[in-house]
This record gives sequence, C-alpha cells and structure tokens, in this order.
Amino acid sequence: MLEVKNLTVRIGNRTIIDNISFSVKEKQWLMIIGPNGAGKSTIINAISQGVPYTGNVYFKGKDITRFKPSELAKCIGVLAQSHFTTYSFTVEEVVRLGRYAYSQGIFSGKDEEGEAKIDAALEVTGMKPFRRQSILTLSGGELQRTFLAQVFAQDPQLLLLDEPTNNLDLIYQKQIFELIQNWIKNTGRAVISVVHDLSLAKAYGTHAVLMNKGKVVSAGSISEVLTEEHLQSVYSMDVFEWMLNMLSQWRK
Amino acid sequence: MKDRTGKIETNENFRTSEYILFAAVTLAVMILCICVGSVNIAVKDIFTAIWNTIFNLPIPEGISQPIIVFVRLPRVLCVALVGAALSLCGAVMQGLLRNPLADGSTLGVSSGASLGAVIAIAFGISIPGFAFAGTMAVSMLFAFFSLIFILSISYKLDSSMSTNTIILMGVIFNMFINSIISLIVTFAGDRVKSIMFWSMGSFSGSNYLNVIVLLVVLLIFSPIPLRYARELNAFAIGEDNARHIGVDVKRVKFLMLISVSALISVCVSISGMIGFVGLVIPHMTRMVVGPNHKRLLPASMFSGASFLMLADLAARMLLNPLELPIGVVTSFIGSITFVYIFYSSRKGK
Repeated sequence: MLEVKNLTVRIGNRTIIDNISFSVKEKQWLMIIGPNGAGKSTIINAISQGVPYTGNVYFKGKDITRFKPSELAKCIGVLAQSHFTTYSFTVEEVVRLGRYAYSQGIFSGKDEEGEAKIDAALEVTGMKPFRRQSILTLSGGELQRTFLAQVFAQDPQLLLLDEPTNNLDLIYQKQIFELIQNWIKNTGRAVISVVHDLSLAKAYGTHAVLMNKGKVVSAGSISEVLTEEHLQSVYSMDVFEWMLNMLSQWRK
Repeated sequence: MKDRTGKIETNENFRTSEYILFAAVTLAVMILCICVGSVNIAVKDIFTAIWNTIFNLPIPEGISQPIIVFVRLPRVLCVALVGAALSLCGAVMQGLLRNPLADGSTLGVSSGASLGAVIAIAFGISIPGFAFAGTMAVSMLFAFFSLIFILSISYKLDSSMSTNTIILMGVIFNMFINSIISLIVTFAGDRVKSIMFWSMGSFSGSNYLNVIVLLVVLLIFSPIPLRYARELNAFAIGEDNARHIGVDVKRVKFLMLISVSALISVCVSISGMIGFVGLVIPHMTRMVVGPNHKRLLPASMFSGASFLMLADLAARMLLNPLELPIGVVTSFIGSITFVYIFYSSRKGK
C-alpha cells in the first residue's frame, strides 16, 4: 500500500532521517519505535508532506508528491500528537472538516455519505454527546478523540499516528488503541504509528521499524524486531529486564 | 451544554435573516451618520437630495444638497467600506495565522503604504488633474512593492511560509519602514503637521473617487476570503491539521495574504493608519456569531462598517467644530468597549 524508498530528511546540515526504506501492506499496523531523536515523528511529517525530503514515497504505486492535497487526504489521514486550540469551534465543526477533501467549493452538493460518516465517527469515538460543545472546554482525552473522529470521517485508507496517546491517561490510551484496532479490521486499511511505549507496540502492532539516529536498525514483523538483542543495542540498557521488573512489582 | 438529541444540523452558513439584520443595522447607522453633524438633516431630506441628484431633478428649497451629496454621503460611504475591509482583513489574518493578535497590518504591507503616503505628502507629489489622488496612488504603489518584497523574502527564508516567518517578517518590515518614516518626518519641516494628521487617520475630504476605488477593490478581493471560509476554519484549528485534511495550504495562504494586502493598502492609502478596528471587531463579532468563518467573515464586515461609521461620527462631533483624528477615537472608544465586553463575558461564565 505504502512504499518508502531511500527517504532522507535534512534540516540545515543535520541529517534527521538517513536513507531509510520500508513498506506497509493492507491490514498491517506498523509501529515505528526507537529512542528520542531517532527521527520517528519526522517520518510521519515527511509522508504527510510536512517537511521537505529526498527519496520517494509511493502510495499504491504512485508517487505521493503527484497527488493533489485533497486526493492525498482521501488516501492518507494523520492524527497528530497534540493539538493547540485557540478558537471555540465545536466538536462537530472540527469533525466535519474531516470531509473537506470530498466536498470543496461553494457549489458542491450536499455530501450525504459524508453526513453518515460524520455521524458514525462521532458515535464510535463516543463524542456524540459533546458535539455542540466548544473544543476549548474538552479534556486532553476528549480532544484527541475529537481529532480521531475527524480522521475517521476523513475515511482514509492509511492512517498515520504520531504518538496518539502521549500525555493521555491509561483509560484513553486503551480506548484510542482499541478504536484504531477496530478501524483497521475493514478491508483495504493500514496504520503506521509512532509510539515510544514498547508494550503498546507489542500489544497492537503487526509489524515494526526500529530506528536509531535516523537509521533503520531492524524492520519486519513485530516479533522479529522486538528482540532482546535489537532493543539492547538501541536503548543501551537491558530493556526486557527493566520492563519485567516494572511489571512484577504489581504482582501480589 | 451536552446535546443528546438525534439530528445533526448542517447549516453553518450565515442565514439570510442574519444577513438582513446585520445589513439593516449597518444601513440605520449609515443614515444616522448622514443626518447628524454640525448641521442636522432630516432623514426624509437625505433621500430627496440623493434621489433628485441622481435623476437630475431640481432640489427643493431648504435642503442643503452639497452637504448631503458631496460631503457627508461620500465620507460615510468611505468610512463604511474602510471599516468593512479592515475588519475583514483582521478576521482573515487572525484565522490564517491562528493568532488572536494578528490583523491586516501584521504582514507589514500597510507600513509600505504609509511610507508611500508620507513620501507623497512630504515631497508634495500629486497627479496633474487629480490633486487629491497623488497620495493614494503613491501609497498603493509602495504597498504593491512591499508585498512583493515581503513575500519573496519570506519565501526565500522558508519555502513553507510558516506562520512564525510571516509574523517575524512583518514585525521587522514594520520597524524598518517606521525608521524611514521617522527620518522623513525629521526633515519634513512645515509638512510635519499634515503627515502627523494623516498618519492618525482621517476621512475629511473623502470623495467619490475614493468610494469607487474602495468599492472596486472590495468587490474584487473580499469574495476570495469568503470563498475560502472553510479553509480558514481549518487554519484556525491548526495549519498542520489543515494540511492533513487536504487543504492546499500554500495556495490558500498566498491567496489570503494577497487579498488582505490589497484591501489593507487601499484603506491605508485613503484614510491613513486606523488601528483597533481590524484587531478588535473580529473578536467582538466572534463572541456573538462564533469562530466559524462562514459566519464570522460577513458578520465582521457589517460590524466593522457600523463601528467605524459611529467612530467617525464621534470624531466629527465630540469637539465640534474641531475634528479629531479617527484613529484616536477608534482606539479610545474601542479599547474601553472591549474591556467592558470582555469583562462582562468573563463574569457571565
């Protein structure tokens, strides 16, 4: 579905991403993992055309720079890590903007299919009761679910997530990951997400790309990538033991 | 505030009834401003004078046609159009840059327009046959070159034209131009007073040429932001989000900046720098109609027009027969009103 070839991102004379390649197929949930500064979020920014890069990204065989912005939005949706709110738009107005790519211009007719998608997106994310509420009054979890509803209404085939549950309570982490797990079950869909929580990556991912200092250390199925050896080399600590210790302290 | 009922209402546009209401208020203010002045005029006489002038009929005894048709009407029309344009520009820039402190002058093009006007006044530049149009023409020319200069420099520095680049470039350009203006003022000698008076903003001496120029520019450039209201909503939520949902961010940004610059530079070239309207009227309007640009932009235009007409009336009447610069009035009345509204809306929560 998505193929990244020799992707390189330079900002000034710093190389953030150094010649990486990977691909995602239908029904896969690819986890991009690695320590801070590995260039994880930059990959998402590059694919969503937010930073200039060299190399190629193909969506279903077509270079994504050749898509019009609205065409690209129908194929690839993005859920950002955090959202700054300035003006008091309602939840519904934000979610409705997810349909932008499908109905542009003042002469476009009513988007009947879109209304159903908006309604379904509000329903599934549990934001329906809040839909007339200002986004300035929402909690972090509610705000993230609002933007998740927006991207669901956008109805892309590939979803890019940049640490979607950062700063969120456990309950919201669970909710959002479960919502995405259900979303991906429909045919023709795939997810790429940046996560720093290795347990979440292991629990929900089917595939993974492990990055360090802008380079790919390992790529493949989740069990191939998340080995003791790989993690130790990247994080320079015994990750397995640390995690087991952290969890075992809860055992009664 | 939680809504648990069934249907989703899809109409986020400005309703016809709201258009009529806002237009009626604006028209009422306009009539009031023509009536009141050093000579008070009856409402009926205004219509008679205008009607008879258009159809070349004799003016009845006791109606001062020159005051109505050649002094007050062009002035009030100018004020209304400038008010609408400034307010629209402010609303667009606040949405585009997602910054409540932005207004039409943020980009710096209006400083360029001021510089042009100051040069025209200081060096007495005028166009033969159109004595009053010299300042306007030079000022627009300067605004045009400023726009090209600012956009090309910002684009070179940062090809994505990020919000921060635009704001920073605007601030620096404003400072640069102001230093040149100060330099000119230092050596302007006896023209200092007219430069100062111009820079504080004034509509005295407005004529139909000004009205036509304003109307043409407004008719060409204001439909562009109105057409892109949805894209502005996306920008107001966040530029990255706008890109993610499929907005052609660069194109929209360029279109908005060019429209705002054209509008603001014509306003500055005609009436001088009038602060506050572009900053505060969009805020006040947002408190009433909400942040959705489909409603905010038209509502801001009407409110801006009404506000500036009232401010101009105050400028004419407060120290009658002395006329205050309108910029002084807008800032003075506007800031007090704003604090009052802001305070009472906070208290109400």
